Amino acid sequence: MTASKITEHAVRVKDLQKSFGTLKVLKGINFTVKRGSILAVLGPNGAGKTTTVRILSTLLKPEGGTAVINGHDILTEPAGVRASIGLTGQYAAVDEYLTGEENLMLMGRLYRLSVADSARRAQDLLTLFELQEASKRPVKTYSGGMRRKLDLAMSMIASPPVIFLDEPTTGLDPRSRIAMWDTIKLLAKSGVTILLTTQYMDEADNLADNIVVIDGGKVIAEGTPNELKSKVGTDRLEFTIGKSSSFEKAQKAVNSSTLQADADRRVISIASTGGIPMVRSALEQLEKAKIEVENISLHRPTLDDVFLSLTGHAATNEEKEPNAATKQKGKKK
Amino acid sequence: MSPETNPLIARVEPEKRSRLFWLLNDTYEMMRRSIRHITRSLDQVLSLVLFPIMFLLLNRYVLGGAIDTGSVSYANYLFAGILVQTLAFGANYTTINLAVDLKEGIVDRFRSLPMASSALVVGHIASDLVRNVISSTIMIVVGFAVGFRPNASFTDWLLVIGLSLLFTLAISWLSAILGLLVKTLEAAQWIGFVVIFPLTFISSAFVPTDTMPGPLQAFAENQPLTHVINAVRSLLVGTEMGNSAWMATIWCIGIIVVSVPLATWMFRRRSSK
Repeated sequence: MTASKITEHAVRVKDLQKSFGTLKVLKGINFTVKRGSILAVLGPNGAGKTTTVRILSTLLKPEGGTAVINGHDILTEPAGVRASIGLTGQYAAVDEYLTGEENLMLMGRLYRLSVADSARRAQDLLTLFELQEASKRPVKTYSGGMRRKLDLAMSMIASPPVIFLDEPTTGLDPRSRIAMWDTIKLLAKSGVTILLTTQYMDEADNLADNIVVIDGGKVIAEGTPNELKSKVGTDRLEFTIGKSSSFEKAQKAVNSSTLQADADRRVISIASTGGIPMVRSALEQLEKAKIEVENISLHRPTLDDVFLSLTGHAATNEEKEPNAATKQKGKKK
Repeated sequence: MSPETNPLIARVEPEKRSRLFWLLNDTYEMMRRSIRHITRSLDQVLSLVLFPIMFLLLNRYVLGGAIDTGSVSYANYLFAGILVQTLAFGANYTTINLAVDLKEGIVDRFRSLPMASSALVVGHIASDLVRNVISSTIMIVVGFAVGFRPNASFTDWLLVIGLSLLFTLAISWLSAILGLLVKTLEAAQWIGFVVIFPLTFISSAFVPTDTMPGPLQAFAENQPLTHVINAVRSLLVGTEMGNSAWMATIWCIGIIVVSVPLATWMFRRRSSK
């Protein structure tokens, strides 16, 4: 690798634009990913996440703008980009009839590794991903979680410096999802730069150093998970008041600057940033005023909250969103 | 896992080889992949010969007695037609396998690699050739069992094999185009039959063309399948050759010359959408 290619940012995306027919999917996307960090691109279905990843991995050509991956421009040096990246798409792209080992060997050779290197790395990765027992079985016999692991191992075979993970946990059961998170953290520890897309706030929160929120083909917010959450609101402590008649009284009793009230649900909430003293004081005030509290719960900001506060519309708009998603899917083919 | 034993941290460098080496390597790897698919799904080969065997038996024993094939026995006449039909059906697997790959996202994976993008299509076509060698062998055995008695010399057999492979190659490339056109797996499965069935019937495969009505006869006598069938039949059982060997060769090469660049272009276009 030449010295000029070691830059601070492993991924630099400049003003990416793309349309499918009349549908403008990307309207000028900009972001950077620091070498060795994890960036999560967060957004609902149809926001342009997959399109962005497909452009960055040279599967699609943008209409405007460009990106530089590991020092290679996607427009002028696609071969350099392909040699620098590993891609794991939304659907496990593994060969059903080949065994796990054969899949890895095939990838190794297609990544231009020697036969010996391919074999050695295949064994290492099978061990690391705990697939060695199943390594001689056709992938047809694998579970969903095993396929994803193999898929990830296949994108790691040539130790690419940059990995793209397009919705790595969509469709996985909760246990496999946690296992996948551990694997991604393991990857990150090895110094790989990771760009992952997700529709789940908790996933971005758990894994990412930085988050880019996109909606309608535009970046609408970016920052560390903490910055983003404080932008859209903090964790809130919610009190469900027993009787509607004492709802007004409860609001006065708690008397906090961060108080929010939802009369329909009989819920008042306060920011949970004050720690135990704040919780104790709120409870004491409610008790003093003899207000019956039915339930106390902690509410964390969700993707819906992020979207609601950033765009004024919910992330999972029942009417709009599936439509936009199918449109995009249809055109992808 | 400590950093020393974490294979993710271990760097590995690509081999330095020429572009031509990698083009051949990619093609070899994809051929090996597709051929492994055959050995892992032998039911594909069995279902592939099921139709031709059924056709062979029905034609031979139900219709055969009523068909006048002149000096050659109907079993001898029929075999070339059945053989070419088997080859044509076999090539349909390129349509199906390409459609499967495109649907399952593995094409995206291959295209994000530093490999030659044409290798995938070439791999499927190579597996058609292997599959057709297997299915033709089965058909020859079945043919012998129902009275096919060729009088071909060793050279004739070599020419039959050569022409069969050339024909498979041509029709596989056409199948690749179909595979890139269809949007669903179901369509990929029936489109081959919809094209191949009428083409084999309106040819010299099962009956001599001279009893067909005018326009149909004109089509039947000039379409590529008839040329291939007539050439194979002449080599196997000594019917009149005429110019069919040359016409068959010209047709096959013509199809390859047109469909290879077209399929390659369509593959790039289709997979980058």
